[in-house]
Amino acid sequence: MSRYFKAEIQENRPIHAVHNLLTLNVPVSMPEPRPGQFFMIEVNKGTDPLLKRAFSLFRKTEQGLQILYRIRGKGTEILKKMKEGSVIEVLGPLGTCYPLPSGDSIPLVIAGGIGIASVFSFVEQCAGRAIAFYGARTKSDLLMHDELKGCAKGVLVSTEDGSAGKKGTIADSLSAFLANPQSPTPNYRIYACGPHLLLKAVSEIAREYKIPAYISMEEHMACGIGACLGCVVKTRDGYTRVCKEGPVFEAKEIIW
Amino acid sequence: MSINLSVRIGSLELKNPVMTASGTFGYGEEYAEFLDLSSLGAVVVKGLSLLPKEGNPPPRIVETASGMLNAIGLQNIGIQRFIEEKIPFLRTYDTKVIVNFFGDSIDEYVAAAERLSSVEGIHGLEMNISCPNKQAGWCIFGTDPKVTTQVVSAVRKATKLPLIVKLSPNVTDISLMARVAADAGADALSVINTLTGMVIDIKTRRPKLANRTGGLSGPAIKPVAVRMVYEVFKAVNIPVIGMGGIMNSDDAIEFLLAGATAVAVGTANFVNPGATIDILDGIVTYMKDEKVDDINLLRGAAHAI
Repeated sequence: MSRYFKAEIQENRPIHAVHNLLTLNVPVSMPEPRPGQFFMIEVNKGTDPLLKRAFSLFRKTEQGLQILYRIRGKGTEILKKMKEGSVIEVLGPLGTCYPLPSGDSIPLVIAGGIGIASVFSFVEQCAGRAIAFYGARTKSDLLMHDELKGCAKGVLVSTEDGSAGKKGTIADSLSAFLANPQSPTPNYRIYACGPHLLLKAVSEIAREYKIPAYISMEEHMACGIGACLGCVVKTRDGYTRVCKEGPVFEAKEIIW
Repeated sequence: MSINLSVRIGSLELKNPVMTASGTFGYGEEYAEFLDLSSLGAVVVKGLSLLPKEGNPPPRIVETASGMLNAIGLQNIGIQRFIEEKIPFLRTYDTKVIVNFFGDSIDEYVAAAERLSSVEGIHGLEMNISCPNKQAGWCIFGTDPKVTTQVVSAVRKATKLPLIVKLSPNVTDISLMARVAADAGADALSVINTLTGMVIDIKTRRPKLANRTGGLSGPAIKPVAVRMVYEVFKAVNIPVIGMGGIMNSDDAIEFLLAGATAVAVGTANFVNPGATIDILDGIVTYMKDEKVDDINLLRGAAHAI
């Protein structure tokens, strides 16, 4: 088993104005990644930028390891230009995963923007049981929407401008869903990845409805393996590493 | 050709000159799946204090051109937990374990050194008098020669272990600080710690680090570090451990030629968890190519007229 290896780029395809889907050929010795885990990926052979970049597992298929990434800085601008056949260094899979939902529970999966990259394979893993709440700024930013519909029990879309689904935030959409009482009360579990403020709002809703929630946190990372203590978030245990004790935390552990 | 890689740091014999830089290698266990720790000359662990420290709020790191700033704030589990939970693991490896430590007062430095000195499996101590991420006032341990003398002398009396003092580059004359630490009883000097820096977000108009300033490391600081090792080598007669932006074996060899007896690899561990081993292999290749059979022959060679 090796979590540090070289991978060949099989495909690096634009799927949207500022998003690419990267497919890597990975060695069979790589441990099987689980939904919620991440990889540190080399984006540059030189020293500027210096550090590897952390990306969520999008999915692992027979084609290889897939990473869905947003182009938003120096590192991803370089990665975007990398051609098929290029060989890059990869570290992973790293960190914690979304815990498998118990047999009688209904997973409510929250994806805010590029957060879809982290939760998509979890929805697949739930094999038609998950209800997805998917939000973005506008309709054209909803990536993998059809694919998501194909593996979720239902997808509730919201956009900030109302160009698709409900107008508003995912938190509004989740609140409205839960406010509609059902008898008996279903055994919900919440799983979420997205912007910081969304995760905070989702955590508050989960607390209000007493639903266990698992959220994927994000912080700047240097090493990805727990050594540098750079990527901490504040939890009940003090400053805790996103790369090691996370990225998936129980929402009630986080101090906002 | 048989090659000698072993070097001496005071009474400590290292099997080779490649060490890890404190704060970049955790407590060793984080890297054990990526390399054989027994291959290293020494493992220098994350800085410890008598009591656990929470560290600074995030964001704690920001990338810079060919480097990074960090403001971790010396978060650590405390000496007691380190001894109970980490030393048993480290003891299973055939390498030297050097514990980096610090205190908030001279008394705390002394107490920490005393506590660490009685532990089997700790082979040396590295005194951090130069962390740039502490509150104002703390930095005088590493920047005010009188205080440096006091704190190093006090720790010297408290331990029989080889004592390495890690110097701050954030001073006007590093040779002076090197002499002061040597005269106060240091067995060796680590040169250099990070350089204080800042990055400002032009949108929010605020420093990007919550701590505002941080310590700059990585290739960006290497020429400064090489120059400082070169100066310190001239100034003192005790071994110098060179560090600051070493990414590959060529970088490491530069430090040896400047006067370092050993080198410590820091930020490179974040980029490539096997960096130390690649560097060690590269040094051996260089020695074979250059027909140098003893690593000690490289030390300070750049000073030859």
